[in-house]
Amino acid sequence: MLSLDGVSKVYNVGTFGGKQLRAVRDVSFDVRDGEAVSLIGESGSGKTTIGKMILRLLSVGSGTISIDGVSIATLRGSGLKEYYRKVQGVFQDPFSSFNPIFKADRMFEVLRQEFYPEASEKEWEEKVHESLRCVGLNPEHVLHKFPHQLSGGQLQRFLIARACLLEIDLLVADEIISMLDASTRIDVLNVLADLKSGGLSLLFITHDLSLAYYISERAVILQRGRVVEMGLTELVFRNPLHPYTRMLMASVPRLDKRWEDTDYGAGEIGRPSELAGSTAEEALADERHTLTQAEPGHFVATSG
Amino acid sequence: MMKTKKGSEFLFFALRNYKLRVGLTVVLVFLAIALVGPSLARNTPFAYANPLGAEPPSGEYWFGTTTFGQDVFAQFVHGLRATFVVGAIGGGLGTFLGVLIGFTAGYRGGLVDEVLNMLTNIVLVIPTMAVLLIITAYLEVRGIITESIFIGLTSWPWVARAIRAQTFSLRSREFVDLARLSGMKPWKIVFCEIAPNMMSYLLLASILQFGGATLNAATLDFIGLGPTTGISLGLMMNNAVLWGALLLGFWWWFVPPGLAITLIVGALYVTNVGLDEVFNPKLREM
Amino acid sequence: MSLTVENLRVYYQTLRGDVKALDGATFTLDDGEIMGLAGESGCGKTTLAHSLTRLSPPLRYVEGRVTLDGQELPIADMSRMNDFRMKKLSVIPQYAMNALNPTRKIGTIIRDLLRSRHVEADTSLQELYRRLDLVRLPYDILKRYPIELSGGMKQRMVMVVSTLLNPSLLIADEITSALDVATQKAVAEMLVEFRDRALVKSMVVITHDVSILYQLADSILIMYAGQLSEKASTQTIIRAPRHPYTKLLISSLPTIGVRHAEHKLSGIPGTTPLLLDPPAGCRFRDRCPVAFSKCSEVPPFVEVTDGHWVACWKESETHA
Repeated sequence: MLSLDGVSKVYNVGTFGGKQLRAVRDVSFDVRDGEAVSLIGESGSGKTTIGKMILRLLSVGSGTISIDGVSIATLRGSGLKEYYRKVQGVFQDPFSSFNPIFKADRMFEVLRQEFYPEASEKEWEEKVHESLRCVGLNPEHVLHKFPHQLSGGQLQRFLIARACLLEIDLLVADEIISMLDASTRIDVLNVLADLKSGGLSLLFITHDLSLAYYISERAVILQRGRVVEMGLTELVFRNPLHPYTRMLMASVPRLDKRWEDTDYGAGEIGRPSELAGSTAEEALADERHTLTQAEPGHFVATSG
Repeated sequence: MMKTKKGSEFLFFALRNYKLRVGLTVVLVFLAIALVGPSLARNTPFAYANPLGAEPPSGEYWFGTTTFGQDVFAQFVHGLRATFVVGAIGGGLGTFLGVLIGFTAGYRGGLVDEVLNMLTNIVLVIPTMAVLLIITAYLEVRGIITESIFIGLTSWPWVARAIRAQTFSLRSREFVDLARLSGMKPWKIVFCEIAPNMMSYLLLASILQFGGATLNAATLDFIGLGPTTGISLGLMMNNAVLWGALLLGFWWWFVPPGLAITLIVGALYVTNVGLDEVFNPKLREM
Repeated sequence: MSLTVENLRVYYQTLRGDVKALDGATFTLDDGEIMGLAGESGCGKTTLAHSLTRLSPPLRYVEGRVTLDGQELPIADMSRMNDFRMKKLSVIPQYAMNALNPTRKIGTIIRDLLRSRHVEADTSLQELYRRLDLVRLPYDILKRYPIELSGGMKQRMVMVVSTLLNPSLLIADEITSALDVATQKAVAEMLVEFRDRALVKSMVVITHDVSILYQLADSILIMYAGQLSEKASTQTIIRAPRHPYTKLLISSLPTIGVRHAEHKLSGIPGTTPLLLDPPAGCRFRDRCPVAFSKCSEVPPFVEVTDGHWVACWKESETHA
């Protein structure tokens, strides 16, 4: 369904673009039909950049991103619009995702104008109600309201309903529940899981390992723009091989084990970089890395 | 469906805001005078009506007469009209350019932004006096429209800057990304998603532009760089000083236009402050 | 007893009336106890932190007593509280690490802070260096500007500054939220170390992330919509909670080892009530699966077993 092959993205920063920032380095992975893949990384890992490139909100740097075999880098105009019928995104801040001065359902109107201009009133209303029910929202309760009158969870589901309405094939979810309360998080996640069983492919971008474990079949671990480990979620989580992944697993706070009881730690592996933008880490990330298969369905990056 | 809730909230505060009421009233009074005044005036501005020359206000000449016997009231009301016209056209042009350049630079970013930014900075830095002197040297006959255009072409930079900054910050909000994902064209996004969020600023900016243009015009007229035809409040003051009204004590010649300019521009600024309080809840006094 | 809070009520003043953000909090904190304060947005945890340290408009003190080490805290009086802040109790507010003045060097910031507390920086220099060693920061950090530091470094710096004068009580509000996983762990471990070395007697750690509390807190206090729900030891809260809200909350948390396909978790239906005009009685009533008639009265926060406090009619009834 979605395929990334050797994708990189470089930014020119500094005055007159003197220095270079490598946000994404040579990333390759794919998402199959009806599958959820987690893109796991911390800040600076490049995961949001990848999400935005897939959504064509940023231009693809180098490498290829393709949907069903067709490269998306050169799409524009009506081609791009067709692409958006198949691929959509939901972002982190539900309140920032809505224009505060308009009602929340204006978003549906926009979709109608852009994608379904010939639909009749009745037809359209049916469609909207259907997609709201699809995400577990009651149309009576959420229509004709301003964003600030709805909760974060409801707004995020609104945005997923938007994706339902267009009957897309792939949803890019970028940290969509990190700003929600604990009790609503799981509801939104469950909605995504239900949609996935209905055939939707999901790219779940997150820094939270427990969420990734809950929802995805495969996981891709990113460090500083590079894939360090990827494979079936079960395998990557139960048997992390790369030092960075092991550090993540050892540091994540869990509800079933205390930090002292986890057996990944071996002292100070992967000490967090001290000063912002330390050159040592940059150099480390610049080394040539290749992904090798450690076991079926489990790949690790090794230097050399 | 649009902004009913916020709209009515604004109206509520707007009507209660003292500064807004006072400012608007003053401006509207002068506007009314400018509209009906000329039909009330018995003479035309340049007619040598009073054979006795300069005379203080009387029953016949409400604002007195100038050294040449011209009816000051007639000059005043016609000048008021001209002032408003310059304010409207000059301010309007300035706002239009500022909006166009500001939104384009803010939304597109990158090279377009760099270029427009450079343009903005250049226009900001150009000494307008010097340019105006050169223009006056070449254009022997200048009307109000020319003056308005000149003012408009030189006063847009700060509006463009402010709009660019706001557009930058709004553009990074996720609803703009979602608008792009909905297939909306850029100009549609700017006018339908971003601009409505800045309505309060746009209103304030246009009012400020109007006031600024008026003041600018009065200043230019006063120092003699104004239009060569027609009459305006600044030109009245220019003439008054040229013909020694200050020394000879002909206060009725320069006080009305000076006072009018001060009151109008002042009222506009006060209106602005009031509007700012209405739009920005944090500034409101509880 | 280190900290005693009795029936604390603090409301927010707004144009439309008072928002009952903290409505009747009563609990105690022992010496050496690290208590986690958890709850969802709007539950009143930050209000509680502010009430103890910075009760100023729009917050309005309504009633209640707070005692620290046997001495009553004049929380309603901002200027009298000055004597207590940093020396007896200290708070690390949310986003503290982003509130460092960017135009000043770290050393200058510390010196000014100490001066405001009538402590000369030079006398504390040795102690400062010891603390920097404790949090594994280099001494030359004092000569740097905040912008040169990473998030983790700033957070650790803020921790050092807040605890420099050895306060009895430290309140840390969401200090791990904006950090990445490894730094989060380091900061959490440092908090515990501060307590272990008796630099700080007791702590209140406020967060919405219960799993971090499982790692570092001795006890957890759960709040909901301005009221206290349950307080017990960490193990009890996570493994055997009694309050319906706590039970539903804990069971809605995904953790590694739980997959959707195998075990579908569920959230809590409904939304938190608006506190401008909250429902009478237990505020969780509308979403509670076991609510009954008595719930229209506010349930008292009672000790059902040793060290385990619950505010629920159903629960206290079962153990009457």
